[in-house]
Amino acid sequence: MKVKVLYFASVREKVGKDAEELDVPAGVATVAALCSHLRSCGANYQNAFSEKTLLRAAVNQDMVQPSARIKAGDEVAFFPPVTGG
Amino acid sequence: MKVSVQKEEFDLSREVKAISKNPKIGAVASFIGQVREVAMTLEHYPGMTEKALTAIVDEAKSRWNIIDCTVIHRYGELKPADPIVLVVVASAHRGDAFAACEFLMDYLKTRAPFWKKEETAEGARWVEAKSSDDLAAERWKR
Repeated sequence: MKVKVLYFASVREKVGKDAEELDVPAGVATVAALCSHLRSCGANYQNAFSEKTLLRAAVNQDMVQPSARIKAGDEVAFFPPVTGG
Repeated sequence: MKVSVQKEEFDLSREVKAISKNPKIGAVASFIGQVREVAMTLEHYPGMTEKALTAIVDEAKSRWNIIDCTVIHRYGELKPADPIVLVVVASAHRGDAFAACEFLMDYLKTRAPFWKKEETAEGARWVEAKSSDDLAAERWKR
């Protein structure tokens, strides 16, 4: 299943890129599952997605909970808690 | 209603003058947030930012009698005392304008995808989200 994954701020710096197309295993059906899949993709991902890092996620540009479902073609973004204003 | 995410500086008086000339407007409240002490770079999520700000404005319109409103948020490199964000709310009476203005800021700080990286003497560092901002947004929950 292909998804577009975006990284912002400290997550982008730790992963070392701002976006990528990923072909994830069919079992990866939620944002939380995508996080654990990414953790297995290398030291940079392990660092960015470590259990103790506070992360937020958006699916198709709407902020979601880790339990949110993902499907082929979705745009999934990961970032730290926002600090605008 | 106007939502803008931009690099350029904004002008308060021009934005207040640009608010609708609806004769029912009796109150215009505005808020400006600006850079305190250290230079910073603001990153955002193009597309989602505009969508999130529009959703926050719609939420405010569902809670108060807002006749017109403007939200402008800047990104890119900003120096101390540079304006970052502008909220202008126009309503018939001041209660709606004041409350909606504060609500928009509280929600924007916890829901709009912006991230600040400060240039401190010890090097650049990402600003961490404050729990006081979560609490400020929390009090509007219903």
